[in-house]
Amino acid sequence: MEIKVVRNILSANEQIAAKNRKLWDEHGVLAVNLMSSPGAGKTSLILQTIRRLRSIMRVAVIEGDIASTLDADKINKEGVRVVQVNTGGSCHLDANMLSLAIDSLPLADIDLLIIENVGNLICPAQFDLGEHKRAMIISCPEGDDKPYKYPLMFTTANVVLVNKIDLLEVLDFNIVALEVAVKGINPQAPIFPLSCKSGEGIEAWVLWLLAERENCKEFYDSL
Amino acid sequence: MAITQSMLDLALEQARKAQAKQVTQINLVIGEMSGVVCDSVEFYFNILSQDTIAHRASLSFQQIPIQLRCRRCGTVFSPSEPPWACPSCRQWDAEVVTGRELYIDSIEVE
Repeated sequence: MEIKVVRNILSANEQIAAKNRKLWDEHGVLAVNLMSSPGAGKTSLILQTIRRLRSIMRVAVIEGDIASTLDADKINKEGVRVVQVNTGGSCHLDANMLSLAIDSLPLADIDLLIIENVGNLICPAQFDLGEHKRAMIISCPEGDDKPYKYPLMFTTANVVLVNKIDLLEVLDFNIVALEVAVKGINPQAPIFPLSCKSGEGIEAWVLWLLAERENCKEFYDSL
Repeated sequence: MAITQSMLDLALEQARKAQAKQVTQINLVIGEMSGVVCDSVEFYFNILSQDTIAHRASLSFQQIPIQLRCRRCGTVFSPSEPPWACPSCRQWDAEVVTGRELYIDSIEVE
């Protein structure tokens, strides 16, 4: 006997993601899912962001790693609330892991929640966590052809950050080629070249976050 | 593996609703851009389905290629070598039409 199903394999994850998003909306929290390959600069970006925003916004972080608390420790040293999620082998965060992590956060005291996903350009793009915005980092040493190789990640990103521009002189990375590649499949996403090492370009990213937080606040106030 | 587990859970849920004794086949639709590798799904499925009513199920995969629609001229095309320019107007400004599918179309049960 054949039973017609026609259901997304990840529908269970999407239901939990919707619950996460509802909780964040109810508390006026802007949740940003930060993704990239390993070593592209997620933690460095979070540290730079915290240092610029902490006097005007209450920031918290959820750290996703397969193992260790190395990244969470760095964020802890900045005096920012951080929850470490060790996925125990899973190469991405999923909505269920987030819902457990959210339980230990005082959402009423948070304006911006940055979720550092596991370093991976494939699986994190498939799993909705309930976030409001997806930010992805591509670093210059990785090459400017990545949008063609990882189209799902680049089409689902709301903003693309190009990190390590301080190394451009010694790399073959063509930033115009990267921008053309991204805009071809994702014309909406702004692209911010920056360097977490030198600090160049970080302001544009921070201003974008502030604008998104303002939109989120307007929505929250309307509830 | 997480995706295979989700797929198995969904198939078992549907089988339970129908009070089936065995799942004999799961018909999947997998887009080229979904990031899912069919061989890996088979591999994990054989492990995860043991001790379930789906342990003898075979998997069938309908693979959907990536198709893009040019936003400038409306041509639907399959991307070949990068950059993925439209074969009609040579512009690179496209949206994804197919390729992101990841669903169970149907299951066969006894």
